[in-house]
Amino acid sequence: MTNERKATFILEIIAVLLLVAFFFPFFIVLMNAGKTSQEIINAPMAMPSSISQFYINVRNILTNPSVRYGRSFFNSLFITTFSLIFINISSGMAAWVLVRTKKKYSTLIFMFFLAGMVIPFQVVMLPLVRFLEVLRSWTGIPFKDTFHGVILAYMGFGAPLSVFMFHGFMKSIPIDIEEAATIDGCTKIQMFFRIILPILKPIFVTLLVLNGLWIWNDYLLPVLIIGMNGKVRTLPLAVANLAGSYVRQWDLILTSVVLAALPVIVLFLFAQKHIIKGMTSGAIK
Amino acid sequence: MKNLKSKILNGLFKIWVFLLSIPLVLIYVPIRGIVRQFRKIVLKKHDVKHHYQGHNRTLLALEKGALGSNETAQTNRNFIYFILAAITPYLLFVIVPFLMGIYFSFTNWTGLNTGNEIFIGFANYKNIFSSFAFAYSFYRTAIYSVLNIIFINLVAFLLALLVTQKLKLTNVYRAGFFMPNLIGGLVLGYIWQFIYRNALPSIGGILTNSLISNPDTAMGALIVVITWQYAGYIMMIYIAALQNVPTDLIEASKIDGANAWQRLRTITMPLVAQAFTIAMFLTLVTSFKQYDTVMALTQGGPATTLPQFLQNIFAAPNRTVESLNLMAINIYDSAFVRYEMGVGQAKAIIFFIILLIISLTQVYYNKKKEVEL
Repeated sequence: MTNERKATFILEIIAVLLLVAFFFPFFIVLMNAGKTSQEIINAPMAMPSSISQFYINVRNILTNPSVRYGRSFFNSLFITTFSLIFINISSGMAAWVLVRTKKKYSTLIFMFFLAGMVIPFQVVMLPLVRFLEVLRSWTGIPFKDTFHGVILAYMGFGAPLSVFMFHGFMKSIPIDIEEAATIDGCTKIQMFFRIILPILKPIFVTLLVLNGLWIWNDYLLPVLIIGMNGKVRTLPLAVANLAGSYVRQWDLILTSVVLAALPVIVLFLFAQKHIIKGMTSGAIK
Repeated sequence: MKNLKSKILNGLFKIWVFLLSIPLVLIYVPIRGIVRQFRKIVLKKHDVKHHYQGHNRTLLALEKGALGSNETAQTNRNFIYFILAAITPYLLFVIVPFLMGIYFSFTNWTGLNTGNEIFIGFANYKNIFSSFAFAYSFYRTAIYSVLNIIFINLVAFLLALLVTQKLKLTNVYRAGFFMPNLIGGLVLGYIWQFIYRNALPSIGGILTNSLISNPDTAMGALIVVITWQYAGYIMMIYIAALQNVPTDLIEASKIDGANAWQRLRTITMPLVAQAFTIAMFLTLVTSFKQYDTVMALTQGGPATTLPQFLQNIFAAPNRTVESLNLMAINIYDSAFVRYEMGVGQAKAIIFFIILLIISLTQVYYNKKKEVEL
């Protein structure tokens, strides 16, 4: 018994040490975000001399014209939120009818969605940029550097995985509930939003987490569709823009890094249980 | 009253679908043909065979009343409505560009002659296969991916084993190890660039020269970053699998006198083989597509000389290459730095095919090792 307890104790210590090692980069960044540029160059491993420098750095970032933090934050939030809502609802609806329609064409369409999972973004990016221009000349609606353009693009790229996961989950829902609802006079739309969607909640959360992290942190798609200096540029673009225009001005770059990472980390700390559960249950399916 | 509400809901839903399909509606003409074909298949009347017709007319009437008289047509129209919102953006932003891309890879599109490019057959592909730069890029990506897969999975599996023990703060450890995965690749790249360029050299010793400005250590430095970022996520997959291993099997083997290593090798590992398949697939794909972290970390990496065997194959002595010029970066550069869009697109197609073959092979071989309980 004592032997086993000793082993557990050693493991506990190893885990704590590893955790400290994992947090070390965060620690370095936070420490240096509270220094002046000169202090960082002279002593990057020293503690900051006063906390007030951190506020000065943060104020510099918030007022910096090449970041426009408030604006970029809003853009990121807007794009992520609406993309998530649209991806999940549209994929859920599609997956539902695909599972419930037992026809050859529904299998074919499902396969067609699956094909999208193996297409890497790099293959699509060059023609996509060009196709958006073509669409604009045909319809008169700009898709580049607009909210609807980016959101529609995320809907397109998010659809395969989401449809796949909803489809897998939906197969296990018994059809009896839907038949009962039909007899009670429920329309298809009511049925989806009132009956199917609540049942889908676990996988819905999984997809919110997976797609949310992807969209919030994505860089390549926004850089192509929005552009570095676009009107609706997101936080990653703002950071890249800042790092491009203030090369090795670490006080500014590190503070902007802290401000860009902060929202997700805060969200994670609050919804930790759901996020971790969502990620694991989705991955193993 | 209830009826009105459902009518409003119905109306709102249709408006929403309509808004989403505006792009489709506006390029109606080219798509009309496809849609007509589609409707023809979907709306075809299916002759429902009622075996009990004549025997029980009341039942039939009841069923008809409950399900609506032209139930099949209704269902099929719903099928289109429900699928439209997902399939329209997918078609417009993935499939159409993908097909266009296959064509563009056979043209001399440069980004400056957009609209006037001409079909040049396999010239781009020949160009790529005779260039040492792309071969080097592929070679580095392959090494990088293999090392990355090994390191991430090893670290993640060990972490998963650690946090599934009976420790006091397991949830804290899990959340902590997972934390780096929340931050985007670009932001991570800047964090680690600072660490490698400023923080570590200030410690001195062997770290005085920055690891990312030395072509021999740059890849190792990158692997550390990616492992740090990704191990927490892969760990979660292993944790989920490890928790599904039945405890009675472990107990039984303990009674039979198996030590920890034997238990791990003969019971745990085969039972979590499915997780290995998924985790290796995920790490493989992300390693291959690695772009933003490398871009923020080294922008393609320090320059180095072409390795000897590639110099021999391509008869290109003493050429310099970028040591972290992975395939994703190579594609981006040839398109947006050198404006060789056609060449870039052809590279992307090759990239796609390689990724497809490797990942299918990997999944096939891993699947064979899986054990069903």
